[in-house]
Amino acid sequence: MADGTTFEYIVGHANYWLFSVLMMTGLYVVVARGNLVKKIVGLNMFQTSVFMLYISTGKITGGTAPIFPTDMKIDPAVVYSNPLPHVLILTAIVVGIATTALGLALIIRIREEYDTIEEDDILAAEKLMAAEDDKLHGESMGGRA
Amino acid sequence: MLVATALAIVRLRNLFAVAMLSGVFSLLSALLFVVLDAVDVAFTEAAVGAGISTVLVLGTLALTSRVEKPSSHSPALPLFVVFVTGAALIYGTLDMPNFGSADAPAMTHVAPDYLARTPEEIDVPNVVTAILASYRGYDTLGETAVVFTAGIGVLLLMSGLRRRREDGDDDDDDEDTEKDGGVY
Repeated sequence: MADGTTFEYIVGHANYWLFSVLMMTGLYVVVARGNLVKKIVGLNMFQTSVFMLYISTGKITGGTAPIFPTDMKIDPAVVYSNPLPHVLILTAIVVGIATTALGLALIIRIREEYDTIEEDDILAAEKLMAAEDDKLHGESMGGRA
Repeated sequence: MLVATALAIVRLRNLFAVAMLSGVFSLLSALLFVVLDAVDVAFTEAAVGAGISTVLVLGTLALTSRVEKPSSHSPALPLFVVFVTGAALIYGTLDMPNFGSADAPAMTHVAPDYLARTPEEIDVPNVVTAILASYRGYDTLGETAVVFTAGIGVLLLMSGLRRRREDGDDDDDDEDTEKDGGVY
């Protein structure tokens, strides 16, 4: 490959790589952090980077936003960017906020039940409950439940 | 800047700052959307991502705690998973068309059709609106159904909260007053 095309290739793909890096940062927050609110924020970050990936596929160099002049006299020389990803992502943003709201409500409910929003503490509390259950019912069930 | 904001979100333990930074992240991505010609998406992201979701996160923080506890697990396994997934993703982009190229598959399929037919069939200047409300109206109906369902779910979870508090085994009085100020 000649130097010019390699450079063009790298510039032409840098956007995908940037979004991949952002996506993985979000994924890391979701997987590695124990705090539930932070997990939701990480999930949002992941989501937004997917949006950016989609929108960037709709861009045409030298193109403009897909909005016609109001008198509808369309200049055939003007290039419009692809409107389809925009529509998809508009829907996705609204669905995303709905899931975020539901997740946060669940967190409030979890906090009410366990008095913590840390994953480790919740697991510890669950273990304690299971052990107590075991003590109560384990013998009548013939050993550990 | 987006990457810097994202890394700051990873490092910070103060959840209040994390909420604010996620707003900053949304606003920056809205800016990026404007540059990428997606103005409709940009103002939705600015309103929903930076506005509503920050308010929701802050409301949750008011009802729960503000500081994250340091994690007891080692970050090695998550990092490994993240790097493998990231490498797979980047491998997947190697075949993608160059950014901004007009002859990419996404540009040559149905998109020109929508652009050509919108002025005659719908007569709305904004093509995004035309597709969203007219050609793909069913999708928008489905989206509304999703939002409705989520709204009912949130209401159920929260209304249970209020009722239980009124029945109240009042073991945590100070938190109750804070909660009351926060949401109702």
